[in-house]
Amino acid sequence: MKIQQISLFLENKPGHLNAICRTLANNEINIVTLSLADTQQFGIVRLIVEEWEKARDVLEKAGHVVNLREVVAATVANTPGGMAEILDTIGKAGVNIEYMYAFTYRHESKAVLIFRFDDPDKAIEALTAAGRDVLDAPTLFAK
Amino acid sequence: MFYQDCANDENTPVHPVSAPDYMPVEQLRALQLHRLQGLVKQVYANVPLTRKRMDERGVKPEHIKTLKDIALLPFSIKNDLRDEYPFGLFASPMNDIVRFHCSSGTTGKPIVIGNTKNDIILWQQACMRALAMCGVRSSDVLQVAYGYGLFTGGLGLHYGGEGIGCAVLPISGGNTDRQLMMMQDMGVTVMACTPSYFLHLIDEAHKRGIDIRKDTKLKHGIFGAEPWTEEMRTKIQDATGIIAHDIYGLTEICGPGVANDCQYHNGLHIFEDHFYPEIINPDTLEPLPDGEAGELVFTTLTRTGTPMLRYRTRDISRINPKQCECGRTIRTFERVSARSDDMLIIRGVNVFPSQIEAGLLKSDKVLPHYMINITRDGDLDKLEVQVEVTKETLSDEIKALEHLRAEIAHSIQRIINISATITLVEPNTLPRSEGKLNRVKDMR
Ligand SMILES: [Zn+2]
Repeated sequence: MKIQQISLFLENKPGHLNAICRTLANNEINIVTLSLADTQQFGIVRLIVEEWEKARDVLEKAGHVVNLREVVAATVANTPGGMAEILDTIGKAGVNIEYMYAFTYRHESKAVLIFRFDDPDKAIEALTAAGRDVLDAPTLFAK
Repeated sequence: MFYQDCANDENTPVHPVSAPDYMPVEQLRALQLHRLQGLVKQVYANVPLTRKRMDERGVKPEHIKTLKDIALLPFSIKNDLRDEYPFGLFASPMNDIVRFHCSSGTTGKPIVIGNTKNDIILWQQACMRALAMCGVRSSDVLQVAYGYGLFTGGLGLHYGGEGIGCAVLPISGGNTDRQLMMMQDMGVTVMACTPSYFLHLIDEAHKRGIDIRKDTKLKHGIFGAEPWTEEMRTKIQDATGIIAHDIYGLTEICGPGVANDCQYHNGLHIFEDHFYPEIINPDTLEPLPDGEAGELVFTTLTRTGTPMLRYRTRDISRINPKQCECGRTIRTFERVSARSDDMLIIRGVNVFPSQIEAGLLKSDKVLPHYMINITRDGDLDKLEVQVEVTKETLSDEIKALEHLRAEIAHSIQRIINISATITLVEPNTLPRSEGKLNRVKDMR
């Protein structure tokens, strides 16, 4: 049920993020979603792509250092209160969220949340038990 | 002069060429005195600058009656070689000179050293003793990735390796792809290069999927020509499984082979039957007893082309008063991790780049690709250390990287007592070594 996320280190300089995207585009790798966490000095770009092994290889070949991390994807109704409910479930399970980001699909009124948990298995268990829709990789990339 | 006869016997830990390393101390001192007296006579007769300086002090060659009398003699410094460029300090006629070596200064003219036939033979002997001390034998394959040419590194190790009977691969510096290919294809067991270049090779090997432990036969590294640290030795050894040795030398004294560390790494054994060491207080110029730290000074007891009396190296070290457990009677000095020329004064505090490196390497996960930048902001000096992010240090979380920055900053501050800004930079963006690497950019 877990999804591979690719993280890269980024100096806060013009063109650096663009170079990463271009490397992926040149290798016909589609970015499903991208999140950027940054400080004044540097940033971390996190990517979800379907062919993560190929993406890792081409990025490493281009001289980047790549960090792989398993994250959890869950859907939430794109309506007020949808987010609160899901956070409630996670809180009750006693799992910590290291970070999260969200994106929506064009044709659905649902949003996909990407979570990095300190204990992903426990989180998946709690979410599933509460009837939440946890996505495995094929389902996520099929959307 | 060649020792191939018994040199392959792994059960004979002492290579025949190493015999002088174990000379009884009294005999060694008598030999040193005898050689010193001969040297002073030769220099006094042939080098006008030294004769003038000795005359000014009222010192004649016959005043040298004991080794302690060396303190009567004038010092020589790098600028003497520049002032007397090119041949002013030569003590032998050009007819006897067979080879020049030069060392380029940061400014102006290079310094020129002349070698007689005898100098070349003795230098080869010193390099053979250095290699033998590292455990190198005639069955070894030696890759010499020091530069060949006016620089002494390449030819010094080359002659030493041939003397031992190694198969020498004179590849010189640069061209990483070829270095790695030859290392594997030729079954290289010993690598000689600068430590910074070897780090670069480790990195590049890793990128190409080459595991130095499994895919090469490398056992020993002979690293020198730039100051490095004990922490760096540990990193290199852990990353590759080889034994990293420190070889010391400088062009003015002959090149590599002045000193080298044995398997106990208790500092570097000085081949002091040829290179007589002293430690002096760099301010008062007073000789200091063994055990005290100061500037390292060498007298080339046996060289005849460009012999040096009391040459001030600018390197800071101390001579170990205790004999090494390997049983050698030749003394050791503490590895040089500081050159007084490299000293930086930042916010009024004396800082050596090697101290920053040591701090950096103490924070465990960091592999040493870094740069030191010093700038001035108004009246305040600012110290920035750029550190490349590696596979081991990269995290998907900001707080982990911020923690890494804080950890490195703390570790450096504990050693140098001033604060440094740590800047994490993308991998493969800082300059790499193709020989000697200057990791300091002083923009004040
Ligand atoms: Zn020893």
